[in-house]
Amino acid sequence: MNRKFVFYMCGQMLIIEAVLMILPLLTSIVYKESCAWAFLLTGGIELFLGALAMLFLKPKDTVIYSREGFVITALTWVLLSAGGALPFVFSGEIPSFADAFFETVSGFTTTGASILTDLESMSRGLMMWRSFTHWVGGMGILVMVMAVMPMTTDRSIHIMRAEMPGPIVGKLVPRVRQTAKILYIIYIALTLLQIVLLLLGGMPLYDSMIHAFGTAGTGGFGIKSDSIASYSPYLQWVITIFMFIFGINFNLYYLALIRRFKSVFSSEELWTYIAIVLISVFAVTVNIMPLYSSVSESVRMSAFQVMSIMSTTGYATADFDLWPQFSRTVLLLLMFVGACAGSTAGGMKVSRVIILFKSARRELKKMLHPRSVSAVRFEGKSLESSTLSGIGVYLSFYIAIILGVLLLISFEPFDFETKFSSVIACFNNVGPGLGAVGPSGSYAGYTAFSKIILSVSMLLGRLEIYPIIFLLSPSVWKKKS
Amino acid sequence: MKIIVAGCGKIGTSILANLAQEGHDVVAVDKKNEVIAELTNVYDVMGVCGNAVDCDTLEEAGASDCGMFVAMTDSDELNMLSCFIAKRMGAQNTIARIRNPEYNDSSLGFMRQHLELSMAINPELRTAAELYNILKFPSALKIERFSRRNLEMIEFRLDDDSDFAGKTLVEIRKKFDAKFLICCVQRGEEVYIPGGNFTLQSGDKIGLTASMPEMQKLMKMLGTLKKQAKNILILGGSKTAFYLAKMLEEGGNTVKIIEQDEKRCAELTAELPSATIIHGNGAEQELLMEEGLSTCDAFVALTGIDEENILISIFASMQKVPKTIVKINRDELVSMAQKIGIESVVSPKIITSNVLVQLARALENSSGSSVETLYKIFDGKAEALEFIVAQDSKLTGKMLKEIKLKPNILIGGIMRGRKTIIPSGVDMILPGDRVIVISSNNRLNDILDILK
Repeated sequence: MNRKFVFYMCGQMLIIEAVLMILPLLTSIVYKESCAWAFLLTGGIELFLGALAMLFLKPKDTVIYSREGFVITALTWVLLSAGGALPFVFSGEIPSFADAFFETVSGFTTTGASILTDLESMSRGLMMWRSFTHWVGGMGILVMVMAVMPMTTDRSIHIMRAEMPGPIVGKLVPRVRQTAKILYIIYIALTLLQIVLLLLGGMPLYDSMIHAFGTAGTGGFGIKSDSIASYSPYLQWVITIFMFIFGINFNLYYLALIRRFKSVFSSEELWTYIAIVLISVFAVTVNIMPLYSSVSESVRMSAFQVMSIMSTTGYATADFDLWPQFSRTVLLLLMFVGACAGSTAGGMKVSRVIILFKSARRELKKMLHPRSVSAVRFEGKSLESSTLSGIGVYLSFYIAIILGVLLLISFEPFDFETKFSSVIACFNNVGPGLGAVGPSGSYAGYTAFSKIILSVSMLLGRLEIYPIIFLLSPSVWKKKS
Repeated sequence: MKIIVAGCGKIGTSILANLAQEGHDVVAVDKKNEVIAELTNVYDVMGVCGNAVDCDTLEEAGASDCGMFVAMTDSDELNMLSCFIAKRMGAQNTIARIRNPEYNDSSLGFMRQHLELSMAINPELRTAAELYNILKFPSALKIERFSRRNLEMIEFRLDDDSDFAGKTLVEIRKKFDAKFLICCVQRGEEVYIPGGNFTLQSGDKIGLTASMPEMQKLMKMLGTLKKQAKNILILGGSKTAFYLAKMLEEGGNTVKIIEQDEKRCAELTAELPSATIIHGNGAEQELLMEEGLSTCDAFVALTGIDEENILISIFASMQKVPKTIVKINRDELVSMAQKIGIESVVSPKIITSNVLVQLARALENSSGSSVETLYKIFDGKAEALEFIVAQDSKLTGKMLKEIKLKPNILIGGIMRGRKTIIPSGVDMILPGDRVIVISSNNRLNDILDILK
């Protein structure tokens, strides 16, 4: 374990976070809010600690392996969440650190689960920071660092792999740095496009930025207690479409940019994603038809909620907790699936689900024809058995963690539906669940202990389990012999 | 520049590692998934798994807009075909490894022209040429030749009782009346480009430029001149051995090859009429002694197994063979072999990747004075480069002492027509000169890059 390199990277990340706080700082200055000094103080502390680490821990040995990649990623995320929580605490608007930490982790992991009950009274600078963490966490903060800073090692692919969601992470172009740059350029361009479209619909600039950040990162922090419900149908449709767009694998946008449309349209994951969306929207629309006055309204409601849950964003235009049981079950199942690999969304990812179904089918076939030889094909290529077993192992961890977290928070005084959906919504980075944590509720009722547990499960979900597990296992920390 | 390397065996990997380090965007293509997985873990390159002759694979790797396409698979025919396809798809330059002796005769020119290959590279032939150079001047551990035959750079190590040890370069220049320049010194892991006040120590490995007659004069003065090897024993009948034996035969030397495989022995006998081919296991000391190991002038270990080469050459050194040379494929074993005193080592990987690095730099620098020859010396920590100075170069017409060079750069020699100049401060560079530059920690594309 190359500890020096790990801590050096963490120092670098603290400085980056201090720089990122410029945006909320400017917001609070523009609105003449007192929380500006909270950002200055936090930024000062982070710059100081970061500079210390960078000055005294400059590593000579820059060779890293996958374990360093995992640990750097996990440590960075924990550290930045702790640092990002400070402005909330310093400004006194969220006095408890556990609450502030929960809120920031929920931001960076693009979950969008909130402990705030009265959003309208929060200062705008802090709300901007809260939503900006979605945007930064969506594509990954380490990927951002790779794009802007010259990396000191050739092997930064290990870090990228640990941070990017999906079973197989490859590069778009030969250089990691170039790949990271391309991803961010696409990300920024799409976000700007959404801001412009929202502005055209008459949404104020501040609201547009908040909602574009929330959509781009598939996070779901808003500024109103009824989320998106009070905005016009046009704005709701814009957000619906962008939730869909940010749930698609970003590699496909790159392929489209370099005019390889054939590969884009032959993407199995994309078509499956579209199919799941269409079927769910149809089923939910039919189911909720009696609740709304017109077909167009029920389509809009159903499309928004389905897209919001499937892309693990968590915005709402209707309190789906009041919908019939069937629709709520569909939404709960969509929480598990999530959107495409390589997007900013959480969940299991469509590609993993496809591969799991296909390998299950192969196993069944093997039982009928014990001597048959067959391969699982995905995206036109037959998969290595290591990829298959990797996905199987991922599923077991996934289930084990859900059950474990459920056990840990089981003493809370809520009903089972609330607790179960809390775990699912946090672990899959969706945000709102059902029952007391539904679109109109919040996580404020949980104890500090449960909030920390749920924060960890959000990190586990965003970083796809392994980095956090390695961070906690002592054997990984052993000194390099 | 975007470069595709198809076929990532030992040599392919070494090439892509060097090119990626040079800052090129490298895409690796290989049939085996494990190879690609391993490569993308270790180097900052993109991997594509597939057949190098398949258009879809090449399309995915981006052959249509690549600056250089290098085919290094096992099979010559595959290399030719995939280069041909890549060229048709739009690759600007294609390089194929072609190593079968049958293709490396007069037909090579025809094939190169019609397959539109920028270069056909034969690692075995190049290795054999390097071995031949060393055998012609055994006093050196290694010889780097430049395009004109009248200036060379040799590497050798200073013994404990060497006359160079403990003296500064200025003192050495005064004492020895020969035209040479010490350009590069390796001490332990560090490589220095020495100035006049640099003091040499015993155990240093030095690189020195001079013309061949001056070199021999110097070695005579130092008392380390070894006779040119005449009677050579080669272990292992590989393609390299075949090429080397052929060159040695043409130079009028006596060659003996020991090879295990009977069929291969028969082939060699047919192709090398005047060489002695022995069928037997070279690891048997009895056989080596019987075939006159102790009386030969030089011993060259060319089997396919690095460890065997190293061990048997230790045995040869113990038998007081004046010169032993070892072929080693794996980089990590090269430095280990040097630690236990086996100094003359050739590595086909390094030789081949030098050629490609040189080509890539020359391609990047389409105008001006591009790289003519490039050697990575001293474990790749320094480089010796040859440039031709363009007509309107900024360097010309100035005395060398007036030119401000970057640190760690030295001009090691100037070739003007048939004349060789070992430069001092008052010499000048003229248009059309071939200039040898020694540098470490710099990446030179053009001769003007040496300026501050």
